[in-house]
Amino acid sequence: MKIEEILKRLELSAATGETGLDREADAGYCGDLLSDVMANAKKGALWLTIQSHQNIVAVAVLKEMAAIVLVNGRSPDEETKTKARAEGIPILLCPLPAFELAGRLYELGIGRP
Amino acid sequence: MSPRAIVEISLEKGLDLIAVSDHNSAENVGAVIRAGRHRGLAVLAGMEISSREEVHSLALFDTEDQAVLMQDLVYQHLRGTNRPELFGDQVVANEFDEVEGFNDHLLIGAVQLGLQEIVQAVHRLGGLSIASHVDRPSFSIMSQLGFIPEDVGVDAMEISRHTTRDKAGMEIPGLERFPVVSFSDAHFPGDIGNSCTCFFMEAPSVAEILLALREEGGRKVIE
Repeated sequence: MKIEEILKRLELSAATGETGLDREADAGYCGDLLSDVMANAKKGALWLTIQSHQNIVAVAVLKEMAAIVLVNGRSPDEETKTKARAEGIPILLCPLPAFELAGRLYELGIGRP
Repeated sequence: MSPRAIVEISLEKGLDLIAVSDHNSAENVGAVIRAGRHRGLAVLAGMEISSREEVHSLALFDTEDQAVLMQDLVYQHLRGTNRPELFGDQVVANEFDEVEGFNDHLLIGAVQLGLQEIVQAVHRLGGLSIASHVDRPSFSIMSQLGFIPEDVGVDAMEISRHTTRDKAGMEIPGLERFPVVSFSDAHFPGDIGNSCTCFFMEAPSVAEILLALREEGGRKVIE
C-alpha cells in the first residue's frame, strides 16, 4: 500500500511534506533501539518508533524501509527532517502509541502473511 | 559506597584521580571531593547523564559549582519521583560518611534533552563530555543510536572493562575518530580501579585531561 493512502486512511500527518509519499509499504516494525532495528527491520517496512534522533534517517535508508512513523505524539527535530527530505524518506506523525497504530496497520493488511 | 570508603579504596588501588559520577545527580560530589582533599586524592565533580535517547554520557568538571549548574539543567528536564521500595534509597552523604538526606528525583530516568544538547551544555560550563561504555548493549551510543553520529561532539569515547581497545576498534565503526579511555564505572566498592586510564599530564584537571586527549603540549594518554 502506498504511504499516501496509509496517511489518509489512518489520519496521520507528514512532517516532511510530499517527500516519498508514493513509496510502497508492505511490512512493519516497532523499535526504539536503533541497534535492534538495524538488525531486524525488513525492507519496505513502515517503522514505528519514538526515537527522533537524526540517526533514524540513516537506519531507514540502510534497511530500505518505506517510511518512519513517530508515534505517541513525538516530533522530529529540524536536522532529522532535513536529512529525511534529502534522503527521500517520509516521516509521518501519529498521536497514538505504537501498539495501537500497529493494530490499525495490521487491520489494513500491512504486514499480514 | 560511602565517601570515605571510595577515597580509601581508590588510594589502595593506586589511583591518583577519580571522578564521582552518579546517575543524573551531583549531590554526592562535594562530600567525596572534601574526603579526598583530607587524604590527598584528586576528585573531579561529575555526573553520568542519560539523554532523551537513553544514551549515557559522562560530564566531568573541576568544581562542584560547575557540576551543580549542570545538575540544575538536568533536574529541569528530569521527570518523576523516586520510589525507594523499587529503586532503592538515593542517599546524600557528607564527607564524614553521615547521611544528610535523600534525593527524591527519579534518577534512573532519562533527561528530556538530546545527547548533543547535553554535550553542548557540558562544554558551555567548561566540562569534559565523554560517551559512556560505548561497547555495551544497553544505554550506549551504539545500542541506542546504532552508530556514532557525525556531529556528536564528545571529547572522548569510553570503553568498558568487558572489551579492549583493539576489539572495540574493530567492532565500532568510527571509533578511531575519537580518543578512547576506559574507566571502572564502579557501582560497588570492589569495582573501583577495575579499569582505569593513565594520562601523562601536569595536574589532575579538566584542562590537562583535554590536552592529553588531544595529544597537545606534550600531554598524552598512555594507556
